Parts: sequence; structure tokens; C-alpha cells
Amino acid sequence: MGDFFEIVGLSIWVSLAATAIAAGVSLPIGAALAIFRFRGRRLIVVLVNAFFGLPPVVVGLVLYLALSRSGPLGSLALLFTPTAMVIAQAILATPIIMALVHRASERAWARYGDELTSDGATRLQAVPQILMIIRADLVTAVLAGFGRTVSEVGAVILVGGNIRGLTRTMTTTIALQTSQGDLSLALALGAVLVGISISISATVFALAGGARTAGSDEV
Amino acid sequence: MINLRNILALVAILAAINASSAEEHSIVLASTTSVEASGLLANILPQFTAKTGIKVNVVAQGTGKALDTARRGDADLLLVHDPDAEQDFMDEGHGSSRRQIAWNDFIILGPSADPAHVKGGSDSIAALKAIATSQAPFVSRGDRSGTNAAELRLWSYAGYPPDQLAKEKWYRDIGGGMGQALSAASAMDAYTLSDRGTWLSFNNKGSLVVAIEGDPRLLNRYDVIELDPQKHAGAKLVAAKAFADWLVSPEGQQAIGAYQVNGQRLFNPSARSPK
Repeated sequence: MGDFFEIVGLSIWVSLAATAIAAGVSLPIGAALAIFRFRGRRLIVVLVNAFFGLPPVVVGLVLYLALSRSGPLGSLALLFTPTAMVIAQAILATPIIMALVHRASERAWARYGDELTSDGATRLQAVPQILMIIRADLVTAVLAGFGRTVSEVGAVILVGGNIRGLTRTMTTTIALQTSQGDLSLALALGAVLVGISISISATVFALAGGARTAGSDEV
Repeated sequence: MINLRNILALVAILAAINASSAEEHSIVLASTTSVEASGLLANILPQFTAKTGIKVNVVAQGTGKALDTARRGDADLLLVHDPDAEQDFMDEGHGSSRRQIAWNDFIILGPSADPAHVKGGSDSIAALKAIATSQAPFVSRGDRSGTNAAELRLWSYAGYPPDQLAKEKWYRDIGGGMGQALSAASAMDAYTLSDRGTWLSFNNKGSLVVAIEGDPRLLNRYDVIELDPQKHAGAKLVAAKAFADWLVSPEGQQAIGAYQVNGQRLFNPSARSPK
């Protein structure tokens, strides 16, 4: 059972890292897509929303081929490592976070856009301000991204290889234990996974509620 | 495009962290689900790692997939059990050495009600014919694993080539690992072929019992295959060789033979006198 905490820890670490990367990419771009006007913007918005439901196994397969030693990124030697899992999950979480950030930014921009650019401030300068205004929505967006990553199995099992002590997460362990007939351990891990998801959701939503109240006081 | 550059930089950083944190001395062993699911590797790997400091990361796939993983260059060493597919792999020049480390046997399992009336026999071919005649469900791995290959070989001896099996309603190809096949057979009251190691360590047997055992055609041999240095220059062949050598050494052989589940030995070491 020493494996147990390692598995839970790795799951959380990988999902947090992937969510952090996805958020780092998605927050500025999501807001910029609402603020800037340029050719192809609508196409990008449509694509981001389409990738919302990207099938994990397909992401896993494409990444597998890319990271394979005979693939284009083979020299990085990343296949069957936690890093490969982080990349896969970041790819899955990015469109989710970006789409949600974009939607919230669009509402905020429609309402505060003129105000934010009235005293000569550029649209670039408006990006962090919009993000500040929608910070409660950001929590929800990032949470949705985290929910996607921590519960995902199709992509991480392909690029991680489900290696004991290295790339075995809660979801891949549940798949493995079920296939080996160890239903009790699979159920126990499933309970932990559900518990973690629920408690993180509850905590963050409670925090988001507080932030929303504080935010509305300021505005 | 700043963001694209950021992502690339991040990947590079992650790769660097990865290279330094994942020990220099770790190899990827592409292996079969049976040696992993039976608990053998989890039991013997710590002994090897303690002695040499080399960590062995096991990617458990069916033999067919494991060989493909090695062909693509994504593994450093192979531990597999399909003599024909292994021979192809060697003939293609991917392998530099192939050594047997252990054997056990395949068994045919079935529901205790035994609708095909085959229980207690030792003739696997006659049993498969009886199962086919009775139209009792039979679960196949269907995953190009060593066990799947052995099963298909037995079926063709019994007069049922794969294309004919695919048409039969009672023949259920699940495309999964050994544990999944056992679970499925247990749930469907079906017959199936399993390696003995996985069967003994399986925890969800339901009404499944051993129907056929002891047929010489049910021999199951496990080989360790080192990769050819010319075709696989990127592989960690020195560390891989250290593990392969350990597996066939008296110490490794002793560790394999000592592994038991419920008082039963699962793998018989055979490096000195290959079966």
C-alpha cells in the first residue's frame, strides 16, 4: 500500500502541472481573443470551442507517435515519462480553460471595454485588467481544466505506459486493477478520486463565492 | 507567437528536468501483461535495483505490442513469450540476443458447470473441438499477445483458422489483457486460455475452474531479448544487458523460482536448460 500515496501524489502533481501550463497559455490568449480584432479571430474561437471535447485517446495517440523515439520529438526521450503525461493533459485542458476564459472576457469587454481604453490605454494593457475583472470566472475555468486532467485515463495510459512507481496514476491504476480482478482496490482508489474531485471543487467554489462578493463590492 | 515560443521553452525545460530527475540508470522494459499481472516483476525488480542501482520501468503490453514498441525504439529490452513472433523480430535484425529465462504452462479454464464436458482432460485440441461443437462461449484475448498467439495456434490445430473463428458467435474476441479476459470469461461463463501465473494470482475467479492442463502443447516460454546496437543506437543497451544477464544468472533464476502466490510457484527458471 506504499504505492497508494505515490499514485495519488503523482496524479495530483501531474494534473496540477498540466493545469498550470494550460492556464498560463489560456488566460492571456483567452482574454486577447475577446479584446483584439484581427483576421481569423472567429476561426480560432470556433476551433478552441471545438477542441473543448477533444478525445483523450486521440491526443494520446498523436502525442505517442510524436514522442516515440522514431517520431519527430523522439530525441527528447519523453515517452513513458510523467512529463509526457503533463503535456498530454495540458493539451486537453487548454481548450477548455481558453474557451471559458474567452466567454467571460467577451462579456466583460462588452461592458467595460470603452472604459478600459478611454484614457489612451492600449488593448494590450486591457488584457490583465479584463482578467482581473473576471477572476471569479477564472477559478471556474481552471477548475474545469483540473477536473478534466485528474479524471482522464485514455491519454495518460498511452503516453505514460502505466509504469509502476513512475507513471501510474489513480485512473490508470483503477483501469489496471479492474482488469486484474482486484475490484476492491479499484473501488477504493475510485472513492479517493471522487473524494479529491469533490473536495477540490467544493473548496474552490467556496473561494470563488468569496471572490465574487469581494469583486462586486469593488466594482 | 510569443506563446508558442513559451510553450516550446517550457517543453525544453520539462525535458531537462525529466532527464536529470529520472535516474540516468533506468531502462524501459517492454513486457507482457502476464509477467506484470502475476506480480513476478514487482517481486524481483527491487532485488535487481538494490544490487545495481538500475531502475527497470515496465511497460506491460501484449507480446505483439511489446515487440512493436521495441521496433519503434521506445523500449530498451524485451521480456516476451511468443516464439514465432520473437523469431520474426530476430529475423528482421532488431534483436541481438534471445535467451529463455523461465517457463510455465497455459491452461484452459471454463465454468464449473462445464457445458462442453471437457473438464479433467489433458488434450487441448480435443477440448477445443468439443467447445466448438457445443457452441459454449470462448473468450479470446484478441490482442496479439503471446497467449493470444498460442490460443490461435491451438485453434488452427483443431481445424479452426482465425478467419473462421471470427464468424462464430460463441467465439468472443475482447481485445484485452489476461486479467480482462479472465474477468470476461468469469462473467459470461465462458472457456478461455490463460497462462498459469496470471490465473493463480487472479482475484476474481467466480465459477471458473481449470478444465485442461498438462498438454505438452501448452508449454509457455518466456524469453529476454536484447536489442541490436546498430538498429537501436538510442537504447540504453548496457543497462539493459545488465538486467538480461541478471535474469539468467543464478541469482536472478533463484529470484524467479522463489516467487510464489498462495504457496505455488508461478514461473520455473529455465535459463540453464531451456525448454
